[in-house]
Amino acid sequence: MNTAAAPAIELIGIDKRFGAVHANKNINMLVPKGTIHGIIGENGAGKSTLMSILYGFYSADTGEIHVNGKPVTIRSSQDAISTGIGMVHQHFMLVENFTVLENIVLGAEGGALLQGGEDKARVALKKLADDYELEVDPDMLIEDLPVGLQQRVEILKALTRGAETLILDEPTGVLTPAEADHLFRILRQLKDQGKTILLITHKLREIMAVTDNVSVMRRGEMVATLKTANTDPEELAELMVGRRVLLEVDKGAAKPGEVRLRVEGLTVKDEWGVARVDNVSFNVRDGEIVGIAGVSGNGQSELLAALAGIHKAVAGKIMLSGETIDPVHEADPAKMRERGLAHVPEDRHHMGLVLPFEENENAILGYHRSTQYGEGFDLDPDKVRADAVVKIKKFDIRPDNPRLKTANFSGGNQQKIVLAREMERDPKMLLVGQPTRGVDIGAIEFIHKQLIAMRDQGKAILLVSVELDEIRSLADRVLVMFAGRIVGEVSPETDEGEIGLLMAGINRKEAAE
Amino acid sequence: MDTTILFSVLDSTIRLTVPILLCCLGGLYSERSGVFDIGIEGKMLFSAFSAGAIAAATGSAWLGLGAAILTGITFSLLHGYASITQRGNQIVSGVAINFLAAGLTALLGKAWYQQGGKTPQLEPSARFQPINLPGAEAVKDVPLLGRIYEGLISGHNVLVYIALLAVPLTWWIIYRTRFGLRLRAVGENPAAVDTAGISVTRLRYSGVIICGIFAGIAGTYLAIAQSANFAPNMSAGRGFIALAALIFAKWNPIGALGACLLFGFLEAVAIPLQGAKIPGLNWDVPVQLITASPYILTVILLAGFIGKAIPPKAGGVAYVKER
Amino acid sequence: MSSPFAKLPAWVDYGLMPVTNVFVGFLIAGLVVLFIGESPLNAVAILIDGAFGSVNNIFYTLFYATSFIFTGLAVAVAFHAGLFNIGGEGQAYVGGLGVALVALALDRYVPWYVTAPLAIAAAALFGAAWAYIPAWLQAKRGSHIVITTIMFNFIAASFMVYTMNKYLKPAGAMGPSSRPLESGSFIPRLGQVLDYFGIKSGSAPANLTFFVALLAAWLVWKLIWRTKFGYEMRTFGLNPSAASYAGISGTRVTILTMLISGGLAGLMAVNTILGSVHKIELDFVAGAGFVGIAVALMGRSHPVGVVLAALLFGALYQGGAELSFAVPAISRDMILVIQALVILFAGALENLFRPFFAQLFTPKAATAGA
Repeated sequence: MNTAAAPAIELIGIDKRFGAVHANKNINMLVPKGTIHGIIGENGAGKSTLMSILYGFYSADTGEIHVNGKPVTIRSSQDAISTGIGMVHQHFMLVENFTVLENIVLGAEGGALLQGGEDKARVALKKLADDYELEVDPDMLIEDLPVGLQQRVEILKALTRGAETLILDEPTGVLTPAEADHLFRILRQLKDQGKTILLITHKLREIMAVTDNVSVMRRGEMVATLKTANTDPEELAELMVGRRVLLEVDKGAAKPGEVRLRVEGLTVKDEWGVARVDNVSFNVRDGEIVGIAGVSGNGQSELLAALAGIHKAVAGKIMLSGETIDPVHEADPAKMRERGLAHVPEDRHHMGLVLPFEENENAILGYHRSTQYGEGFDLDPDKVRADAVVKIKKFDIRPDNPRLKTANFSGGNQQKIVLAREMERDPKMLLVGQPTRGVDIGAIEFIHKQLIAMRDQGKAILLVSVELDEIRSLADRVLVMFAGRIVGEVSPETDEGEIGLLMAGINRKEAAE
Repeated sequence: MDTTILFSVLDSTIRLTVPILLCCLGGLYSERSGVFDIGIEGKMLFSAFSAGAIAAATGSAWLGLGAAILTGITFSLLHGYASITQRGNQIVSGVAINFLAAGLTALLGKAWYQQGGKTPQLEPSARFQPINLPGAEAVKDVPLLGRIYEGLISGHNVLVYIALLAVPLTWWIIYRTRFGLRLRAVGENPAAVDTAGISVTRLRYSGVIICGIFAGIAGTYLAIAQSANFAPNMSAGRGFIALAALIFAKWNPIGALGACLLFGFLEAVAIPLQGAKIPGLNWDVPVQLITASPYILTVILLAGFIGKAIPPKAGGVAYVKER
Repeated sequence: MSSPFAKLPAWVDYGLMPVTNVFVGFLIAGLVVLFIGESPLNAVAILIDGAFGSVNNIFYTLFYATSFIFTGLAVAVAFHAGLFNIGGEGQAYVGGLGVALVALALDRYVPWYVTAPLAIAAAALFGAAWAYIPAWLQAKRGSHIVITTIMFNFIAASFMVYTMNKYLKPAGAMGPSSRPLESGSFIPRLGQVLDYFGIKSGSAPANLTFFVALLAAWLVWKLIWRTKFGYEMRTFGLNPSAASYAGISGTRVTILTMLISGGLAGLMAVNTILGSVHKIELDFVAGAGFVGIAVALMGRSHPVGVVLAALLFGALYQGGAELSFAVPAISRDMILVIQALVILFAGALENLFRPFFAQLFTPKAATAGA
């Protein structure tokens, strides 16, 4: 009885710094065996660092880890694996041009030659497939598998290594609600077989749906561990943020005007000829926010890129302010900007900013050819810096130093640099992708307010976000995208479950037939 | 072309292929592990110097080989330290090693031996001598097959056979062993290897060190098998040809043999064609065109006009654990 | 686990650390000298005297430096756009063909000041043309420019031997080279200018091209930090997706940058052919293209740094030549060794001493937690 009561995982006084960043502060946590334990917190709260320490990816500066009641030293992932801990990473740790089988045996080959280990793995996979509905063809290449199956391979990797405790880091980010539900079913099955699950997420819904206990992290600290049954989303949100949060955004009714953007039959293909945006048509009016909901990877990024002129489309028509643009032959981001289309890209680190640049240099990105910054070929740094100072003041960007390297600003302030650049030129139309990804709550409120204010000035806004809550609270109309198509238009008040079904490509009317 | 010339061209094809092939296979291990190595030329050159110097000092070809391999490994460790441990630019490190080898070998050679950088001429006993395979004499007069056995297959030094045997061995290691699987994985996605509990650093160092061993054998071949001493810059760009061949081979050992034989053949035919006229026309054979053809072919391949060469995905990028 | 890329004060990052790196490179070179049984200090003394001991020696140093400024700028410009142009050697070689064609056509008919500007244009044009193919292949076909420019060095060597043998070699000559050029193509030596003022300065080949090199350095600075195209280059070099987001064409940046880079490399040939050897001959570039890599790395791709590094390498080449006369055991290959060590320490191992300096210079607060 005593041994059975020993917790699967116990963390005692875990502390970790990265230079000046104190990622984990004296963390204590207890995870009973055979439970699903959620860890929730904002971006940057220290969840992933904590789990990486448990998985031996980093080592803690101080603190102890106990597994099944015994202290263990986990210096590497190898140590973690041999103590029965497995991890499914947010970004899959798979070799894409390897087969499923090769990925499964990698690191657990069972001998110097591959043949024996691969044969054993085949048998093990068969058994796991039977036990947990975890079927996958061992000879398929990873790059040919859909995302959901790739995740399954990750889970299988952990299970074939004999994991008793399974850590899942934001596992549903790439899944449709239906796929996520299937994942949760698997997790419950694993729990019933006595496995312990650690689920890291920032989605309250998932915590409520599947966990037994939940630990809340905030700014590197563990602020609470609760029984899921005894709490509710509001309490968890408050714990996460440290104060009461308005989950709703305060806004009046939209007053839609003329059609600003009309998209007809837009089709975008990727380099392999697969249609990522498939015959999409919609319009956006002045004074309204149109939200595009959908699971990440269903063509939203490609849609934004095509509208902004970054990627060529293969078919379709774009009309902006009444002017017809051929997105197949005329794709040019500079021209789109001249026409009054501003674009806050989904990924500010990879697209929106040049991190080693000084702040002022980023404040002109895309608008650098303007004569405002110098005649002809010239670029006048004094003019660039003067312009940056104005924007810094208006958007309360901190620190207010235009010569500071952009990489040294926080995520929220970096996003403000982008927003200031895109919103301050009085654009006619604004494309916004994931405006609050990786941004702290304070900045989220600021950014949301700015977007609403812009709408109320009569600007047309197209908002793409994978956060359904964000879409529902900001948008005036919601378009749902699935597999490159717009599969439905709903009002933001529509029931979350119904939008979820659309996001999974299931149209209720069709399903009824 | 009469068969004597044909045989002599094919024979020199084999001899000229060997150093390229060795470097190419070495480069394969390094690049498969995710470390680009344009310093392979320098490693081969310095190894050649070590082989020449030690063989001259000891009178033993095998000790020369040992010294050359140690040299190759030493420079590999330098490259590994710069590009794996220090996460420096792999191209820059390779460039530095090439110049270091070119400069140091000539400097030390001139300072020690006062023969314009050459190491002393070796006695035959201090070199790798041709080996006559069993029965070569006996089947010599059998038409074609006997001639091929005696004239092409037999009669090379041991390093030639090592190089040729290294091809199937490398294939087997890369595709059939645990080490090969991990090596391929670390060149594609080091994070996957790391999270599987395998040391990325150790694997990459292994790849780089194996590359050094091969470069060491290649250098030995140049200095004390094909020639009787080391001469400055005797590698003459073969390391780069090997890299070109590796691209041509799409990082596959069997392909490497094919590409190296092709490049070796081009080098072999260029020599007898020097100053020859194109039959029927009074044009000089453009020997320079033949000499440059491995590079031109590689550029055309890289341009994607004949198939596509996709290098290991994580190649050239130092591994940093994500925060 | 301390981060290897801790932040440092700017003067450490851009001043102390690079200087330390180069210093360590020289220290190791000194050990090599010790190893072959000579005195490093004595060698340094001879080297410095050889490089700066007289006006003539200084002019030799400047002559070499001129070539290295061009090739160093060539590499540096490409670095800013994220491109590693290892092909400076071949571009300079082919640039020489442009110089030779112009000079061979004009040297008997017009004065040097007519020939020189045209030769400069031709050098840049030919060098740029040779860089164009790898640039196009990188921009349009994604062929790795490091590999293609290496290949193009070898192709250039074959091409130039062929061209010189076939078209430029005077009848009856042995080696591949052109006929000697005549005075209508000679760019005046700096010594001649001094002679004009009555100062005897010897016959060193430093020539007016040196000022062209300085002008080129200034123009490169202006291009990179004071023009819109320079902004586009840097954006593309640091973050290609941000560039495409900003409507900056990667194709255009890659090709234009490489044309500029190749053109700069090509200019090196003007210095050598019209300033010194007065003919085009086999392998006249003699590694200057590769020295450019060391110069750019050491100069941190900044034109001022490039000029300073080029002067240092010029001094090494000139002083090294004197040194090999005075101490035969230290042959000119020593320069190559130093070049390699500079590339190694200023390039691949540039962060070697960062943890050490980080400990010295970061505020105490960051270390308190341990």
